[in-house]
Amino acid sequence: MNNHLIRNGRVAALALAAMAVAARGFAEDRVDFNRDIRPILSAACFQCHGPDASKRKAELRLDTRDGAFAPHDDRVAFAAGKPDASEAYRRITSDDPDERMPPAKSGKSLTERQIELIRAWIEQGAAWHDHWAFVSPQRPAVPQVKAEGRVHNAIDAFIIARLERDGLSLAAEADKTTLLRRLSLDLIGLPPTIAEVDAFLVDDSPDAWSRQVERLLSSPHYGERWGRHWLDAARYADSDGYEKDKPRQVWFYRDWVIDALNRDLPYNQFLIEQIAGDLLPGATQDQIVATGFLRNSMINEEGGVDPEQFRMEAMFDRLDAIGKSILGLTIQCAQCHNHKFDPLTQEDYYRMFSCLNNDYEANVVVYSPAQQAQRAEIFQKIGEIEKQLQMGQPDWPARLAAWQEQARQNQPEWVVLRPTVDDISNGGQKYLPLADGSFLAAGYAPTKHRVKLTVRTDLPQITGFRLELLTDPNLPCGGPGRSVRGTGALTEFEVEAAPADAPDKATRVKLAKATADLNLPETPLDAMFDDRSGKRRITGPIDFAIDGKDETAWGIDAGPGRRNQPRVAVFSAAEAIANPQGTVLTFYLKQNHGGWNSDDNQNCNLGRVRLSITTAQDPVADAVSPSVRALLTVAADQRTPAQTAALFSYWRTTVPEFAEANAQIEALWRQHPEGATQLALAVRPEPRETHLLQRGDFLKPMQVVPAGVPAFLHAANVSAGEPPRLTFARWLADARSPTTGRAIVNRVWQAYFGTGIVATVEDLGSQAETPTHPELLDWLTVEFQDRGWRLKELHRLIVHSATYRQASQATPELIAADPYNRLLARGARLRVEGEIVRDIALAASGLLNPKLGGPSVCPPAPDFLFLPPASYGPKIWREQTPLDRYRRGLYTFRYRSAPYPMLQAFDAPNGDSSCVRRVRSNSPLQALTTLNEPLFLECARALALRTVREGGSTNADRLTYSFRLCVARNPTDLEYTTLMGLYDRQFARFNAEGGKPWELAAQDPAKPPELPAETTAPQLGAWTAVARVLLNLDETITKE
Amino acid sequence: MIRHASALQHARSRIESRRWFLQECGVGLGALALGDLLSPNRAAAALADNPLAARQPHFAPRARRVIFLFMAGAPSHLELFDNKPQLAKFDGQLPPADLLKGYRAAFINPNSKLLGPKFKFARYGACGAELSELLPHLAKVVDDIAIVKSMTTDAFNHAPAQILMNTGSPQFGRPSFGAWTTYGLGSESQDLPAFVVFSSGKKGPSGGNSNWGSGFLPTVHQGVTFRGTGEPVLYLSNPTGVDRELERDSIESIRRMNEIRLQAVGDPEIATRINAYETAFRMQASAPDLMDLAQEPKHVLDLYGAEPGKPSFANNCLLARRLVERGVRFVQLFHEAWDQHGNLVNDLKKNCADTDQAAAALVTDLKQRGLLDDTLVIWGGEFGRTPMVQGGNDGRDHHPNAFTMWLAGGGIRPGCTLGETDELGFQVVQNKVHVHDLHATLLHLLGFDHTRLTYKFQGRDFRLTDVHGEIVPQLLA
Repeated sequence: MNNHLIRNGRVAALALAAMAVAARGFAEDRVDFNRDIRPILSAACFQCHGPDASKRKAELRLDTRDGAFAPHDDRVAFAAGKPDASEAYRRITSDDPDERMPPAKSGKSLTERQIELIRAWIEQGAAWHDHWAFVSPQRPAVPQVKAEGRVHNAIDAFIIARLERDGLSLAAEADKTTLLRRLSLDLIGLPPTIAEVDAFLVDDSPDAWSRQVERLLSSPHYGERWGRHWLDAARYADSDGYEKDKPRQVWFYRDWVIDALNRDLPYNQFLIEQIAGDLLPGATQDQIVATGFLRNSMINEEGGVDPEQFRMEAMFDRLDAIGKSILGLTIQCAQCHNHKFDPLTQEDYYRMFSCLNNDYEANVVVYSPAQQAQRAEIFQKIGEIEKQLQMGQPDWPARLAAWQEQARQNQPEWVVLRPTVDDISNGGQKYLPLADGSFLAAGYAPTKHRVKLTVRTDLPQITGFRLELLTDPNLPCGGPGRSVRGTGALTEFEVEAAPADAPDKATRVKLAKATADLNLPETPLDAMFDDRSGKRRITGPIDFAIDGKDETAWGIDAGPGRRNQPRVAVFSAAEAIANPQGTVLTFYLKQNHGGWNSDDNQNCNLGRVRLSITTAQDPVADAVSPSVRALLTVAADQRTPAQTAALFSYWRTTVPEFAEANAQIEALWRQHPEGATQLALAVRPEPRETHLLQRGDFLKPMQVVPAGVPAFLHAANVSAGEPPRLTFARWLADARSPTTGRAIVNRVWQAYFGTGIVATVEDLGSQAETPTHPELLDWLTVEFQDRGWRLKELHRLIVHSATYRQASQATPELIAADPYNRLLARGARLRVEGEIVRDIALAASGLLNPKLGGPSVCPPAPDFLFLPPASYGPKIWREQTPLDRYRRGLYTFRYRSAPYPMLQAFDAPNGDSSCVRRVRSNSPLQALTTLNEPLFLECARALALRTVREGGSTNADRLTYSFRLCVARNPTDLEYTTLMGLYDRQFARFNAEGGKPWELAAQDPAKPPELPAETTAPQLGAWTAVARVLLNLDETITKE
Repeated sequence: MIRHASALQHARSRIESRRWFLQECGVGLGALALGDLLSPNRAAAALADNPLAARQPHFAPRARRVIFLFMAGAPSHLELFDNKPQLAKFDGQLPPADLLKGYRAAFINPNSKLLGPKFKFARYGACGAELSELLPHLAKVVDDIAIVKSMTTDAFNHAPAQILMNTGSPQFGRPSFGAWTTYGLGSESQDLPAFVVFSSGKKGPSGGNSNWGSGFLPTVHQGVTFRGTGEPVLYLSNPTGVDRELERDSIESIRRMNEIRLQAVGDPEIATRINAYETAFRMQASAPDLMDLAQEPKHVLDLYGAEPGKPSFANNCLLARRLVERGVRFVQLFHEAWDQHGNLVNDLKKNCADTDQAAAALVTDLKQRGLLDDTLVIWGGEFGRTPMVQGGNDGRDHHPNAFTMWLAGGGIRPGCTLGETDELGFQVVQNKVHVHDLHATLLHLLGFDHTRLTYKFQGRDFRLTDVHGEIVPQLLA
């Protein structure tokens, strides 16, 4: 790497400048172990003399006090006050290549300065402190500073104290216009309107600033702006990732984040709900939705996957996300081995893993508040009708009891089969055998296949076959089907039988009759299952499964609110099958009612199936659902009211004289809203056993590891009977957690100032960069926690500081002294995030659609991006409403494998993994995007039109108006003449013979917009050129 | 060394701002300085540095640029490169049980019948390398390439395996080989991206954009997708109503406005943005010129089988040559077509008809232009195919244990065949080359010690080869 520095003088100069700042900044007489020494030891020594016992050399450990000071074969690594008696010092200064540490082959080395620091530290007594981040923060004293007059709050005292050590000071306060734009971009991610700026400019009251802060903090756009930061950390995306990268519905989670921030849900509670909201007492839909945080992992459903392998990948991803986003620690190293630098063992890792390992990968139906109200009303009305039925039939308990008695006995005995699945016939879908004899469909989901299941039975007289479609929390909406609604369709059910001693002599079993608990009327297949065959495909009663027709299928979609229930069908053989030597039965479940694109969510497969046979005469499907049947054995006086109600609800459907009421209730059900879905967690009744995995390989399980937390951090408060995941959630959010509070405070700081107090926001461990202001980080953290973990309080603190309110002008001297502005002798000047680049253009042009929440939207993008060969398979990208394109950038649909180009160009992460620090780039592709992307051009047109319509009638007024819409301030004379020069030149061109202003100024030149009186098309054309330039200014997309 | 490496990384990225194409004398900052606005803020302007400036690697490189022909979907080594007469002999029989111990297959029951090779093999060239009859054009350049029959990988599903081949890890989120290359070497092009990606075939690659992502490296290192038709780069063309004159005037106005702002606030980022716009403007002219295959003489078009205006793998190969000629560091062509679970015979015939001529032509053309010496050409997919049949008798499942790739130019030993598989083509038995070893070797040819091309992220020095990788000396010329 030396070559780089020598040959690239500029980089070298820059690097040296950076080191100079660091050196001057941190040079003090007293060596501080955590600041000066631990980073050296961590980088140079811990790999072989650190926490990982398996890689430890010479049994020497330098990451603990014991290891560093305990005698070791009569020698000691560090002898306080005596460098020459310190073996470690001797070895790092040895001339003997065999003795010299670190060894040459490690590729590591120490600089003279580092060696000098170690020597000074030993001489000064070799004081040892645990790594700062592993000790809970204590509130430090606020320092005294010379520039007392600049101190607005404690933040400034810490910042100024540090500056004064270098003879620096805070810059002057920025002007009010800059301040308000900065505040607005920071708090809500939108620029201020001209009216807002003007109001602030004339507001001389002492609390003028506070009132702006409160106005913005109470804006619903606050949650959008800060929610996006969390969504990066939560690796939010609207698709599964991997090859198929199918769309998923998780926007309820996104909206939950926005809403939680808007109502300032305390951060500790915010965390607990995301890890274990479903386990809280009386968990609400919102709290269940919050667990979508853990489910934002990618899902691989390409053909040929082992679903368990990718469940494990998702588990690793969840721990990585928790490490980066909540703990600010890199924990995934310990997936394969003990951490090389931090005292985190592999066992620790799997203890945490175990806390999260006991869940279904659920996908639940969710309803908006309006839909929830609608549901409540429907249920209330149904309850009233049922109540009236009961009042009108006072003898109903006796009649119900009689029915109950009769129904309990009307089922034949069924023998559950455990067939084998022919792995060529499954179309790539895995049929995972479960303990109860059922198969769960998983992995790839073909839209058409005919699975073959074969089993041998010794049952002497087989009269019928039962197919149960069972629900399962792992299926969409709980199943029993595998479509996005949890439905499925059985195109055809076929059976062959052969004598067991002559398995080749299979004959087709003639099926005399089919019955099912649900027989829906004939219905055309939903458009989502269109297979582009042009054929009329339908679903309907169970007869459709034995009619030999490929277009017809048994359908089980009982409509919203009722479709996710187990179903059963029974097929009786025309003649009993009797083979004295036993019978080989082969079942074919044809599932051909999916759509044309199996790389999309178009399957209509059965989700969990179980086959049984019987010898009973004339078997029919049980009309009583399993949940109701389970109640049949409960005596009337033992039933809960809910059980009685459930029983009654079923029974009334069997009573002929209730027909009218039943019809009314059916009509109510048809009004039930169609909800959305959300990936969430659902706890398993039987915990999984978690093993330590050798090198993180799920095929190499080692010892069982119980749920727990890392031993080197604070202990968990374990409550008896509490699920480990909830205990873990509380542990993460505990005030004693040394990194949880610091991690979020540090990231909020990063969002304001560009770099965290610890630059490595994802890693506060031993390898972290030394904090620039360690006391400030701790002070802010303790203050934040003491103020109830409320993020809005943290924002108030920061934006009220003089540090925040500094001007961002950089002088050459300041750039030379502190190129990255780590010491904050000036305000931060940063290009805004990609989403906000777009939001600013939309806001300035007046096109912004401020709608909050809801499904992600697909603004205009080239079709080819979503088609092969750009995309693996054809993807859906459809603008749903004309106003979708004007929604804020954070609502843009995010395909992991095909990121939206504008956001990709501006560094938005694609959700492959947790991201707590975005790169902030500056590239020609960005220039091309803001110049030429259709939506930006549309914004330029709208801004121009807005300018001529609302910006006054003189060129001066108009220019000032459009300029202020973009950057809030007034143009300088030079800026004015520069822009008017462009205007004049382009006006002349558009106004000349053959000039085509509408080509530029109108979306559709054939339908030009209406212009105000006295304004001409060439003028609008020239204003459009000016608007396009304004939207492309560095300042427009920068927080000054 | 460590210190310097991290200082470099710091300089390039910790500021979290990447900067572009500063030229100290040239169109960029030179022109800008002419405005004489900058004199008080030279310090700021001087900080506008360029992470893609051409850089020297650790030691003298053999290869200065890379063209990676990625055959997504996983071509059958058994039909193309790895002749297995014994597999023909045992066609229809079950594989030996001990071979399958611990073996996981993606779709099939591993205990499926063996399927004999579907095509004939012969020896070609002075080196006498064996090739299938499906590759008549490659046969003509076989003395210029090295065939590695002993490739092996860890993943047997497409997306993770493609990501492993392209990023060194089956888990998403790591920088791609192309990104590491431009991180290490920068770019020699003034007005084209350093890393360009094309896609052809019937699908896109399974790993999607992450195959050419920058992971945790600065995003300037991610591949930029080009298209063979229409707009070569997204949003490159002036929109309707904007002619070249308006574009020039607009960009000039943006430059002047940004200069005024730079003067006022002194932020080096503004200087970088000024350069970005100028580069964008130049790219608007240079990229369409680059893409204009009609400029190529007929004999060159014929060599590749390229047809201007008709997107194809052949066109992309020819464009790859035009790109590297213009200083682009890394070109990767994805051709997703090789997942022959069924229809093995006909699909392979089609795929080879689509790709064989152009891939061989690329080697020929680079050689005749003197570019092959320092251009690495890589051909291969993410894994191999099972010797066992899938379905009736015309398909093979995914197989990670053994597959074949070929390499050419850039310090690769020409005319060699490395490695051997067992008699069924199931297991590598000699000179095993893991994906990590391939990466270590390729980085070596580019002038890097793969253990020292690192980037610190999450407290750890990451590298393309993770903690693995051995250079394969037999492949070096």
